[in-house]
Amino acid sequence: MELLDKLNILADAAKYDAACTSSGLDRSGRPGTIGSTTLAGCCHSFSADGRCVSLLKVLQTNLCVYDCQYCVNRRSNDVPRAAFTPEELCELTMGFYRRNYIEGLFLSSAVIRNPDYTTELMIRTLGILREKHRFGGYIHAKAIPGADPLLTRRLGLLADRLSVNIELPSSPSLALLAPDKKKESILTPMSQIRDGISQSKREIAVYRHAPRFAPAGQSTQMIVGATPESDRHILTLTQALYNRYQLKRVFYSAYIPVSSSPLLPVPEHFQPPLLREHRLYQADWLLRYYHFRAEEILDESQPDLDPRMDPKCCWALRHLDFFPVEVNRADYEALLRVPGLGVRSARRILTARRVGPLTFEGLKRLGVVLKRAQYFLTCSGRMMAGLRVSEDSLLRHLVSLEAPALAAPMPEQLSLFNSAV
Amino acid sequence: MFWTQVCCQYDGTYPGFLSCVFDCYVNREEPVEFRTPEDMCCSLYPLRTVETDESHALRVYRSFENFGREGRELAVRCFLTCLPDKELWLWRFLRLGYRQGKKAVQNLTDPTVDKVRKAVWHLEHETHQYKGFTRFSELEGVLVGEIEPKNRVLPLLRPHFCSRYPQERFVLYDRIHSEALFHRPGKWAILSVDNFTPGPAGEAEQAFRKLWRAFYNTIAIEERYNPRCRMTHMPKRYWAMMTEFQEDYGTAFPEVNVLPSAPK
Repeated sequence: MELLDKLNILADAAKYDAACTSSGLDRSGRPGTIGSTTLAGCCHSFSADGRCVSLLKVLQTNLCVYDCQYCVNRRSNDVPRAAFTPEELCELTMGFYRRNYIEGLFLSSAVIRNPDYTTELMIRTLGILREKHRFGGYIHAKAIPGADPLLTRRLGLLADRLSVNIELPSSPSLALLAPDKKKESILTPMSQIRDGISQSKREIAVYRHAPRFAPAGQSTQMIVGATPESDRHILTLTQALYNRYQLKRVFYSAYIPVSSSPLLPVPEHFQPPLLREHRLYQADWLLRYYHFRAEEILDESQPDLDPRMDPKCCWALRHLDFFPVEVNRADYEALLRVPGLGVRSARRILTARRVGPLTFEGLKRLGVVLKRAQYFLTCSGRMMAGLRVSEDSLLRHLVSLEAPALAAPMPEQLSLFNSAV
Repeated sequence: MFWTQVCCQYDGTYPGFLSCVFDCYVNREEPVEFRTPEDMCCSLYPLRTVETDESHALRVYRSFENFGREGRELAVRCFLTCLPDKELWLWRFLRLGYRQGKKAVQNLTDPTVDKVRKAVWHLEHETHQYKGFTRFSELEGVLVGEIEPKNRVLPLLRPHFCSRYPQERFVLYDRIHSEALFHRPGKWAILSVDNFTPGPAGEAEQAFRKLWRAFYNTIAIEERYNPRCRMTHMPKRYWAMMTEFQEDYGTAFPEVNVLPSAPK
């Protein structure tokens, strides 16, 4: 099989992994090596679906012994199978990296023979890349649940970021759709990686040249929309993962039908829940950067995120007593709660108001988008001039702001002959 | 006390501009226009031709210490931007800086500071985009890349690419400003280059381009097709120089005749 065919098959099999970030680690290149990483990461291209292409995202192999119902690589699926040899994959990575096509390698794998064998194969690839080619770029590797902890450790010493996919948001769903995987077998490597990272950090504080274990942290991914969990359940789980496992990121991936299993939503009329995924990411940002708690975003009476509005707007509408916020006095935390104000705007406000009082004109110049924020702010005690909104029309205003951007249902062509009555 | 308003003529370089600042302060004159000898139009204001003086420039440059780290960065980077009348805005910014010191940078609502900051942000943003969107081709062991930036991004791209490829020989050519960054292990230079024509691509290079295009086309998920999102993140003006689009040239794109032609 030619390299081109292998690449086609194994990139196609890997594309459903959401994570393609190259962030979290600053490492400048050293003479004699090739490659560097930057803290913010770097997108090298954007694919036709608008997702960032930062890493060469491929599987080592798509030959799998498991039969997970949601997965395109499951044993029972009739797809072409291929496997990269470690040398081939290294050659490909280096060729792409030198031409500035990519920021590094994202290496995942289906489970060939057993988890240990698979991990050994990945370690061989990464070993050649790091030692023979002296590659200093970004490497994101998937830890294979069920592999020997010592192998996972060796993988972490070669990679910059490790991830274990949690796949489905609850253990009953997992038992139903991925009978070969157990919740414990997923969480065990996760806590092992967490402990490895914190131990490595302590060691580096003492010895500068101590080996670095997954210096860019770990992340995970779950599939949304294949199983009946509520958004509240997912967000609570996410928060627990951030707190308990110190994850850098949790990725959500809207379920896309790749299987005709009777246990999954019907493929014909099923639309991937992209808007729900978008809202979940918005809520995820609130958790990570805006000091929100999952319980604040959604409570028991409201288990799902409102598709019409972003979660911060929803929170604001439920807490109108908190507003309006006075731009010239409010602290950073309060500013972050205002819909339309982000981390950057809030920081700019803090800087600018040291010089003099801020007006709405000034806010615009700072780059604050007043579209949403105007309803929730006062400048020196005044609302924006000419703005008159009662509480009940506020909801309508906010919903109409987002309405054009939301995907309208595709108009359907009526057929004269095919009337299914 | 008003300063006399003048038109400064300088050689278009940064030291030249700093010499203008020096001379204007010495002569108590306020520049309201900057021009280079190539500019055709003449000015109604009295013309001052400023000779570039390295020692004067250095003194002005050192005075930027008073603006704080951020302010100094703005004062230097603003000159690389594509802001119309950047010299004038920069002059106003410097005046403000000398009057208020570090505080000037914090005054984000001031029109001058705002203008300079936004221009520099544009420069830095474009630099970041080009860190990702630059494409190199290997021609006889040398990596060759070309870009078409609005701002002069090469000085800002230089540390990134030199750190990324410490063992490589590479050339990065800026078509708009006719400058090129040359690098070989341990040494680099940014020189102005008038005519830049790299040779044709070899077989190995063609093969890698093919592989990359295959990967790029495979990685998109059909069910999530979202061209608008792609254009937001990667505006079309970058596409012409990117390997993954070079097979799909329509007439809407500029012709890339300098780059070796894409495989059919």
